[in-house]
Amino acid sequence: MVNFKSEASRGIALSGPATLYVGLLVAAPLAILVAYSLWTQTYVSVDRTVTLANYREAFTDPLVRYLMIRSVLIAGAVTLFTVALAYPIAYFIALKARRKTLWLLLITIPFWSSYLLRVFAWKLILGFNGVLNSALLSIGVIDTPLTFLLYNEFAVVLTLAHAWAPFAILPIYVSLQKIDLSLLEAATDLGNSAVQRFLRVTLPLTIPGIIAACLIIFIPTVGDYVTPSLVGGSDGKMIANLIQVQFGAANNWPLGATLSLLAMMSVGFVAIVFVLAASGLGRRIR
Amino acid sequence: MTRPSGLAIYAIAYLVFLYLPVLFLPLFSFNDGTIVAFPIKGWTLEWYRQLGGQDALIGALMNSVIVGLLAATLATSMGLFAARAYVRYRFRGKKASEGLVMLPLVIPGIIVASSMLVLFISIGIKPSLTAITLGHTFLALPFAVSILKSAFDDFDPSLEEAAYDLGSGVVETFRRVTLPIVAPGIVASLLVTFTVSFDEFVLAFFLSGSETTLPVYIWSQIRFPAKLPNTLALGSLLLLASVALLVVAEFFRRRSAKSTFGGSK
Repeated sequence: MVNFKSEASRGIALSGPATLYVGLLVAAPLAILVAYSLWTQTYVSVDRTVTLANYREAFTDPLVRYLMIRSVLIAGAVTLFTVALAYPIAYFIALKARRKTLWLLLITIPFWSSYLLRVFAWKLILGFNGVLNSALLSIGVIDTPLTFLLYNEFAVVLTLAHAWAPFAILPIYVSLQKIDLSLLEAATDLGNSAVQRFLRVTLPLTIPGIIAACLIIFIPTVGDYVTPSLVGGSDGKMIANLIQVQFGAANNWPLGATLSLLAMMSVGFVAIVFVLAASGLGRRIR
Repeated sequence: MTRPSGLAIYAIAYLVFLYLPVLFLPLFSFNDGTIVAFPIKGWTLEWYRQLGGQDALIGALMNSVIVGLLAATLATSMGLFAARAYVRYRFRGKKASEGLVMLPLVIPGIIVASSMLVLFISIGIKPSLTAITLGHTFLALPFAVSILKSAFDDFDPSLEEAAYDLGSGVVETFRRVTLPIVAPGIVASLLVTFTVSFDEFVLAFFLSGSETTLPVYIWSQIRFPAKLPNTLALGSLLLLASVALLVVAEFFRRRSAKSTFGGSK
C-alpha cells in the first residue's frame, strides 16, 4: 500500500537529482575541457581544427614544466609539514584529552572563517612592514625587518599548513579513535617501551588516516590559486596562477584547458603512486 | 596529574598558531592608522563607520546573500532526498552515487572553476550570479549530504511506519513525522551550505560577470593599500558572521542528535 514502488527504485529516484547534478557538472565540463584542449586560439577566435599543438606547447615550454613540478613539490611539502604538525594534536585529542568534543570544536572553528581572509591575515603578518617584523623590532629582537618571511615558498607552505590543519587532524583522529586499547596494553605487557609501542602498534594502525589526510591536503593544494597569489610573490607562483592567466589576461582558453587537464592528471598520478607506496609501507611495518 | 604533559603544552601552542593569525584582522581593524604594524596608534571605529557608505560593497554583500540563499536551498533540497535514499534504501549503484556526490570536495578549485567557466559559456550561460549559484550548489552539495545523512541516521524508521499504520498518507506523514525530526538537520545544512557559498572565492572569481560577490570584492580591495583598514573592518565582520552561523548550525546539529533519544517533541 505504502510501498507502491520497490525500495530500489525509490532509492534511485531520491538520489537521482543530486547524482545527476554532480555527475553532469563533473562530466560535461571535463568533456568540453578535452575538446578545448584540442583546439587552438587564433587572434580573435578559437580554431576548431583538432590538433595536439597545446599539449606540444605545454610539454616543451620550460615555464609550464617548471610551474607544474614546483606545484607538486610545494604541495608535497605542505602535506608533509601539515600532517607532521597535526599528528601529535590528533594523538592528544584521541588518547589523552578529557574534553574531546570541545577540542574538536576548537580545532574546526577557524576552518569556517573565510579562506581568503586567513591567507590575507598571513600576508599582513609576514610582510616587510608587517605585524611580526614590527613586533620584533619594537621589542628589540631584530634591528632591520626580516625579508625572508613573505613572497616565497616558505610563506606558501606556512600559510597552507595553517589553512589545512583541521583536514589533517580529523582523519588521523578518527583512525586513532578506532584503535583497540587492549592492543596497546598487550604491547606494554610484552615489554615494549613507549616509543617501540608507538612505532610498532599505534603508527601502523593509523596509516589509513594518514593517507586520507595526505590526499585531502595534497589534491587541492596543487591547484591552489589564492595563497601563491597573495603570499607567494614571483618565487612562489604555482600552476593555478598560469591557468588563471590563460583564462583571463592572455585569453588563450585552449591552452588553459590543456593546463587544467594536465594539472588534474599529475595530481591523480602522484596521488595513486602515493597511496600504493604508503599502503605497501604500512604492510611492511606490520 | 597536575603537571601538564609535553603533549598538552604542544596542543595549546598549536591552538595559538591556529587562532592568532586570524585574530590580527579584528585587532588591527580598530587601529587608528593605515598600516598594519605594531605599535597600535590608537583605537577607532572610523573604518567600520566608513563601510556603510560604500555602495559597491553593499551591492556585493546583497549578491553574496542572494547567491548563498539560493545555493543553500538548492543543495539542501537535493541533499535531503539523496541523504534519505542513502540511509534508508538499498539500491544498485548506491556506493557509486555516494562517492560521486562527495567528489566536489576533492577536485582542486582552479579545475572546478576553469571547467565550469568553459561549460557555462558553451551552453550559453554568461558569467553571472546565476552561474556562480549553480557552481556553489555543486560545491555545497557534499556538505549538505553528509550533514543530512547523519540526521537520517538517528531517525527511527518505525516512527514513519507507525504513522502509516495509523492512517496518515505519504504527504501527511512527511509533514507531521519526518520533517519535524529532520528539521534541525535541515537548518544545520542550510547554515553550513550558506557559509560555504558566502566564503567561496575562486569559483566566483572565474564566474562573475558585471556583478560580483563579497569575496571577489574583497579581492579587488586587497591590492589597494589605502583601502586596507576598510578591508580589515569588513573582513572582521565576515569572520564574526561565519563563526556565528556555524555556532548556530552546531547547536541545531546537536539538537537533531538529541531529539531521537528523547523521542520527537
